[in-house]
Amino acid sequence: MTTKPAAHKRRATREEHRLGLLRTMTTIRRFEEACVELYSATRIRGFLHLYVGEEAVATGVLAALGPDDAVVSTYREHGHALARGVPMDAVMAEMFGKQTGCSRGRGGSMHLFDKSVGLIGGNAIVGGGIPLAVGLALADRMQDRGRVTACFFGDGAAAEGEFHESLNLASLWRLPVLFCCENNLYAMGTAIAKEHARTNLAARASSYGIESAAVDGMDVLAVEEAAREAVRGIRAGGGPRFLELDTYRFRAHSMYDSDRYRNKAEISTWKERDPIDALVTALRAEGHLTEESLAHLESDIGEQIARAVAAAEAAPLEPVEDLTRFVCSEEVEA
Amino acid sequence: MSETLETTYRDALRDAIREAMRADDRVFLMGEDVGDYGGCFAVSLGLLEEFGPERVRDTPLSESAFVGADIGAAIGGMRPIVEIMTVNFSLLALDQIMNNAASLLHMSGGQFNVPLVIRMTTGAGRQLAAQHSHSLEGWYAHIPGLRVVTPATLEDARGMLATALRDPDPVLMFEHGSLYPMKGTLATDAGAVDIDHAAVRRPGTDVSLITYGGSLGKALAAAALLDQDGVSADVIDLRTLRPLDDTAIVESVRRTHHAVIVDEGWRSGGISAEISARIMEEALYDLDAPVERVCTAEVPLPYAKHLEEAALPQPPGIAAAALRTLG
Repeated sequence: MTTKPAAHKRRATREEHRLGLLRTMTTIRRFEEACVELYSATRIRGFLHLYVGEEAVATGVLAALGPDDAVVSTYREHGHALARGVPMDAVMAEMFGKQTGCSRGRGGSMHLFDKSVGLIGGNAIVGGGIPLAVGLALADRMQDRGRVTACFFGDGAAAEGEFHESLNLASLWRLPVLFCCENNLYAMGTAIAKEHARTNLAARASSYGIESAAVDGMDVLAVEEAAREAVRGIRAGGGPRFLELDTYRFRAHSMYDSDRYRNKAEISTWKERDPIDALVTALRAEGHLTEESLAHLESDIGEQIARAVAAAEAAPLEPVEDLTRFVCSEEVEA
Repeated sequence: MSETLETTYRDALRDAIREAMRADDRVFLMGEDVGDYGGCFAVSLGLLEEFGPERVRDTPLSESAFVGADIGAAIGGMRPIVEIMTVNFSLLALDQIMNNAASLLHMSGGQFNVPLVIRMTTGAGRQLAAQHSHSLEGWYAHIPGLRVVTPATLEDARGMLATALRDPDPVLMFEHGSLYPMKGTLATDAGAVDIDHAAVRRPGTDVSLITYGGSLGKALAAAALLDQDGVSADVIDLRTLRPLDDTAIVESVRRTHHAVIVDEGWRSGGISAEISARIMEEALYDLDAPVERVCTAEVPLPYAKHLEEAALPQPPGIAAAALRTLG
């Protein structure tokens, strides 16, 4: 994607960079809208957890990472995968369960992996990816690599034991992890106030001695700035950092969710803070975006999605004879 | 003939860890009390002094986090050895072992293998009651993506680790708690052993005693008892519970036509049931009698010595089961 820093030899101008962020967020939004249609048409099955409304978080944080850094994500990770640069064709093919999918059809929506961009899942056990991220950081430290591991999880995960154990361990050993808590106020259907005795999650991380900040997760520029600052601190050897990114999902938890636990007024209030609309408004006000260029961006993305869908439809299925491949490694280390 | 040395199961494990750490900078040991304390069963005694705290890492009491972290470290290019104090504590890390270590390779379409060795103590016999005494290796043997090994001899205590570390996928090594002080002789040049095959620990012709780990000694004692009755027992040490060496099991049954499975796990839904089913599938017509199983009584293990002994497989019970198969 255009926001990936390594993609640019020449340093992008401020405007180009912002337009890149807009493109990434819009790509995620339109990709998922297409997925909803494909789900209704039964081309995609299983669980489908949409990120609509939260795009600024993945886009902003991943804009602050370098190409060699690592990313551990959740089951709501289409946005992280696309923003990290997993080819859209491979993500779409995975949604279709095809051989060309980024997990060869074995993972689906919740388990997108791509070694080439350092995306280590797609973890669908809430909190289950957090220890993994700590371990990746430990390996980096032990091998003197300057890598940072960004670990995404939600407010629900902050109630899991693995969250607390992992934050303690990362802080104790001063490991290079960027903890990114996507606080969308609901653990599936349970409101944060019904789940946490204290809802200030950044403060909870601080209690483990981790420098923490709460950030407006609907503002991609604020997210990126906070993430850059945190990554700088981590690379300088300051140990882990924690960002609580306050955000909201505009759609239900999954395609099976009738969304009875949220009221419409709350949803529409948050929709007024749509991160894409906010950036469009800002860019327009500064004169960097016209109706024409926006339409061009949209049609560009639309065509990319259409191509990805066509490619996924045409892609081969993994042969059933290969069902039990990748249970064990095929080559033993010499 | 090579030189031999007097050693113990515990020292053989330590020598194996030391050798692996000397040979490969990527190998490190992590777990509760592996450093300053020297390991709760003294397996890692002295390793902190030799390798330092970076490579002999004491962890907080956070089984899920440190096992998960070792999975991450393995993906990140290291070769971690994790020590979990007992199999009962490993349940706190079951999410990581099952949902990550065993599943990541498949779930990622072959992109992320997890070259990790998890060592843990298993089994009863030391009056440690119901939260330190169970034999849950059979549970782990249920899970595709894991290899489960159960060293029962000094050679295997010395040699299985090196082979496990060469495995690109997670290996769980179950060390029976009663074996640590076991003494014996070992070749000074003992090293890596095969972990794909079962072993015949005592050849015999009349009945197969199929076992592993801490029950091997009991099966051999039962074989000695049977010998007094003129019954020749073939004692099979499975060594690896996943994947099971079906060939060795079936070959033994074809020799003896009678089989007794000895497992310190519980009988219901346990590894003994799996072995019995495989004998039925692959060698039913070689059997002259139904398969017998000698397992732990279906209770959480009690503290009192007489109750614990009564709950566990014991040589007389094993011998009696063998005699029942022989009519």
